[in-house]
Amino acid sequence: MSADTVEKSTTPTVPTQRGGRRKPPLSENKKAERKLGLLLCAPAALVMILVTAYPIIYSVWLSLQRFDLRFPDQREFIGLDNYVTVLTNEFWWTAFGVTMLITVVTVAVELVLGMGLAIIMHRTLVGRGLVRTSALIPYGIVTVVAAFSWRYAWTPGTGYLANLFSDGAPLTERASSLAIIMLAEIWKTTPFMALLLMAGLALVPEDLLKAASTDGATAWQKFTKVMLPVMKPAILVALLFRTLDAFRVFDNIFVLTAGGNETSSVSMLAYNNLIRGLNLGIGSTMSVLIFITVAIIAFIFVKLFGTAAPGSDDSERR
Amino acid sequence: MADIVLDKVSKSFPDGTVAVQDVDLEIADGEFVILVGPSGCGKSTTLNMIAGLEDISSGELRIAGQRVNDKAPRDRDIAMVFQSYALYPNMTVRENMAFPLRLAKLDKETINRKVDEAAKVLELTSLLDRKPANLSGGQRQRVAMGRAIVRQPKAFLMDEPLSNLDAKLRVQMRTVVSRLQKQLGTTTVYVTHDQTEAMTLGDRVVIMRGGAVQQVGPPQELYDHPRNLFVAGFIGSPSMNFLHAAVQDGGLHTALGEVPLGDRVRRELESADAPRELILGIRPEHFEDAELVDDDTRRRGMEFEAPVDIVESMGSDKYVYFTVEGEKASAAELEELAADAGAADFAGAGGNLVTRLSAESTVAEGQTRRVWFNLEKIHLFDPGTGRNLTLHEGRAAGALAD
Repeated sequence: MSADTVEKSTTPTVPTQRGGRRKPPLSENKKAERKLGLLLCAPAALVMILVTAYPIIYSVWLSLQRFDLRFPDQREFIGLDNYVTVLTNEFWWTAFGVTMLITVVTVAVELVLGMGLAIIMHRTLVGRGLVRTSALIPYGIVTVVAAFSWRYAWTPGTGYLANLFSDGAPLTERASSLAIIMLAEIWKTTPFMALLLMAGLALVPEDLLKAASTDGATAWQKFTKVMLPVMKPAILVALLFRTLDAFRVFDNIFVLTAGGNETSSVSMLAYNNLIRGLNLGIGSTMSVLIFITVAIIAFIFVKLFGTAAPGSDDSERR
Repeated sequence: MADIVLDKVSKSFPDGTVAVQDVDLEIADGEFVILVGPSGCGKSTTLNMIAGLEDISSGELRIAGQRVNDKAPRDRDIAMVFQSYALYPNMTVRENMAFPLRLAKLDKETINRKVDEAAKVLELTSLLDRKPANLSGGQRQRVAMGRAIVRQPKAFLMDEPLSNLDAKLRVQMRTVVSRLQKQLGTTTVYVTHDQTEAMTLGDRVVIMRGGAVQQVGPPQELYDHPRNLFVAGFIGSPSMNFLHAAVQDGGLHTALGEVPLGDRVRRELESADAPRELILGIRPEHFEDAELVDDDTRRRGMEFEAPVDIVESMGSDKYVYFTVEGEKASAAELEELAADAGAADFAGAGGNLVTRLSAESTVAEGQTRRVWFNLEKIHLFDPGTGRNLTLHEGRAAGALAD
């Protein structure tokens, strides 16, 4: 409610703040403070460089070489040739399409289901802890374990789901395989979505809903016209997290179909080339492309939709 | 526009707590009624029940003669203003004010016309395209009011609408609210914990304590004729002085001296179950510097001498604090009032007496001063029940009445 929130909301971007701080000469106190700040950041920055920056740079370097462990003698620097190879390959685009399909469908369904679950968890008065815990169980199970249980459930003859819903072997056909992969993904990560959305629900002031009630809003109008706009930052963060996560889908596909019947995701494809095929050049190229795509998705969310980084104060809240 | 009737309205929660108990209240069409009391007295719950935001446990609520107990807030045609303003952060001022009209499915032209009218009344025209985050507290408050008035509802409900404003703005907005209500003539129920707001704004004031109504009446009546100790202590600033008084031989033994009693009070005290100890209440303005009192006035009161503690000169008059010896008045009501004022653990030693003397008084700190007080304005309370014993047919008559 103070003046500084007003200021922040008119200038939501960081640069102006930083620019304003740079102008006046720093006092001794400020200098010491800044030095301390840098020192405190240093260990974390160092670790990040070692475990993140180095592998990324190394894989970029690998992606610029012809480097197949089966033919180590032919290793040479070939510039962007690997990228041309991958980007003109139909397997890559099929996998890219599959990944996109899984990402869009699962995130959309999870958003709807997660919102419902979040509202239930938020509104529950009796046995709140029990409701919340049980809703989170799928998220607590190791993905591979869950994926195996889905695989067995869909195995003809012994699986209960296969016996109930299908005559053939659903995991041997492309469409049904993809559907099962998406089902497993949704089942697994909806609670995570719900958890993030529930944090957003807590941001909606009770008074706002009361005001909407007296203003004549129905329950649905309260949800769409008051709750959703106020929750928008939380929804975007949840979507961002899940989209990035979903795009890297691997374990469910690995266990359920092993990428058979053109159900490979880009991560599966990269794995197959890099680890199974021992083609470090092509595999790294794919990894870099995945990294770039993920970066683009994050960029779109943050710049175009104005998703606030989690933890940063957002003035929209009030 | 409509009248609002609360008929034995109660609210109890599943765990057994009773928030509001048998409230009977008839609010006439166009009347401005204030619900006031310390926090937790049930005033907001009562308001929420009128709005339909809380269910009514028992009793009946009628708006314009119609039972609305089971009606949703949106079907009651009332508008509410919140302490937090509750503006929709994603909408501009115009959209905020238009929101109830849009929900009522009015056509665009009418909506724009009504919003512009309301904005003009509240001087919001230049702010219509701003978002609430870019408004000051006072501006937000006005937008909240605007959103309430555009719809021309049957009644306004206001839940401490001025409590988040700073002191100066609050006084200013008080007159705005008052003028607006008179202009529109809409029935208004206003909740506040601030007795000054209650005194200045309302046609009638309802004082609540622990979920029950203590007294209902015009502000002046509550001030002059408090029905009990709680009302007497709650209304007025600085508040009424309370002194311990022991009944002795047809008179009262107090820290201010022997107070004579009139026949009526004496008769009250003669009955077997009458209390032997009373609480004497007297407001600061009923004291005067003994030097400045003419003979005619002097006869209606009595005098005492006490050391001056502190003098606060307000220009128009002087607040003078005296230290008087003697037992402190104690009653549950007084403790509750002290707790509400945040002074439960801070009472000071002895009984400090607040008086309001004329500006001409030459009183100075450190002196021992002779002070006159008006016996006709004295209230006597039963410490057990809190009842005002000097009240006769609703009028307080002082200690000397026959």
